[in-house]
Amino acid sequence: MIRSEILREIAPILRDQLVVCNIGLPSQELHMIDDQPTNFYMLGTMGLSSSIGLGLALSQPKTVISIDGDGSVLTNLGTLPTIANNVADNYILLIIDNGSYGSTGDQPTYAGKKTSLTAVAKACGCENVVECQDVDTGKVLQAAIDSKQMTVIVCKCDSGNIKLPVITKDPVVIRDRFMTAVAS
Amino acid sequence: MSISSKIVDDFVANGIEFVTTVPCKQLAGVIEEVEARDEIYHIPSNKEDEGMGLCAGAFMGGKRPAIIMQNTAIGVTINTLATLTQYYRMPLPMLISYRGELREPVACQVEMAVHTKALLNQLNIPTYHFHRESDADELDAILKYTFMCNKPVAILTDASFWGGYGDQ
Repeated sequence: MIRSEILREIAPILRDQLVVCNIGLPSQELHMIDDQPTNFYMLGTMGLSSSIGLGLALSQPKTVISIDGDGSVLTNLGTLPTIANNVADNYILLIIDNGSYGSTGDQPTYAGKKTSLTAVAKACGCENVVECQDVDTGKVLQAAIDSKQMTVIVCKCDSGNIKLPVITKDPVVIRDRFMTAVAS
Repeated sequence: MSISSKIVDDFVANGIEFVTTVPCKQLAGVIEEVEARDEIYHIPSNKEDEGMGLCAGAFMGGKRPAIIMQNTAIGVTINTLATLTQYYRMPLPMLISYRGELREPVACQVEMAVHTKALLNQLNIPTYHFHRESDADELDAILKYTFMCNKPVAILTDASFWGGYGDQ
């Protein structure tokens, strides 16, 4: 499965949760598949989905899912020790690991070569790290939500993209709508 | 009262509950004070742009954030300031040690010091420079201004403000 197929499959799970979604195609895909006020779309700033999600999870009680990519986690690799050492049991980091920089033309990442983000996350001190195959993402994500324990999921999937429009919503509108949903 | 206590008192009085830090020798006292306060969740970050991401999340979760870092971080965080903090219009007080100013012993620090105000100016970031200890009397008003206008605001604190570098 490619990322957009996974997002389509887990959309019914995501729609009840606060979601911070990675820059580029992941946000565009989620926006097209199931736009919700509980989705925070990143329009820029590659690498910070996990950090924004952790800050949000530490600041309020609702479950937060950061959807990230292997390339973005590699960009901000310092995020994993911070996550490990600041446990928020309402926080799930879902890394869609397709081994490529999807939004920029599927250039290979090191996560698709010798580097295992699962092993990196564990070495950083993350306690609940689950690596799964694309077809199992929904099951694993729901189990992580139900466990009420901070979890890092590394979802191994195929590289590939669909054609879709950019998000034209104003960033302040996205943020305000999201904050209203967070506070409700 | 120490200047570090006064600064963190102003943070707390302005409802700041979430503070991320990247250390600097000059900031050691204020970071220690942040860590000691029960009212504040202190989350050290590994890089300043990561810290700004944490602060953005905290703000959207209803907590007032702040970041404490060196001025070298301006070079690291320009993209994050422009495309996250400013683009989504979020408040962020940035307490910054202004290395490379008078009394600086490390020559390389001057190389970023000469760019610091120009970069902040280019980014249209309101910037305050604390040179004497009494300059910190304005901190309370600066914090109120930051959360009024929902912008990142820089507070540069130089070596003279912190009383120099001691015996280096």
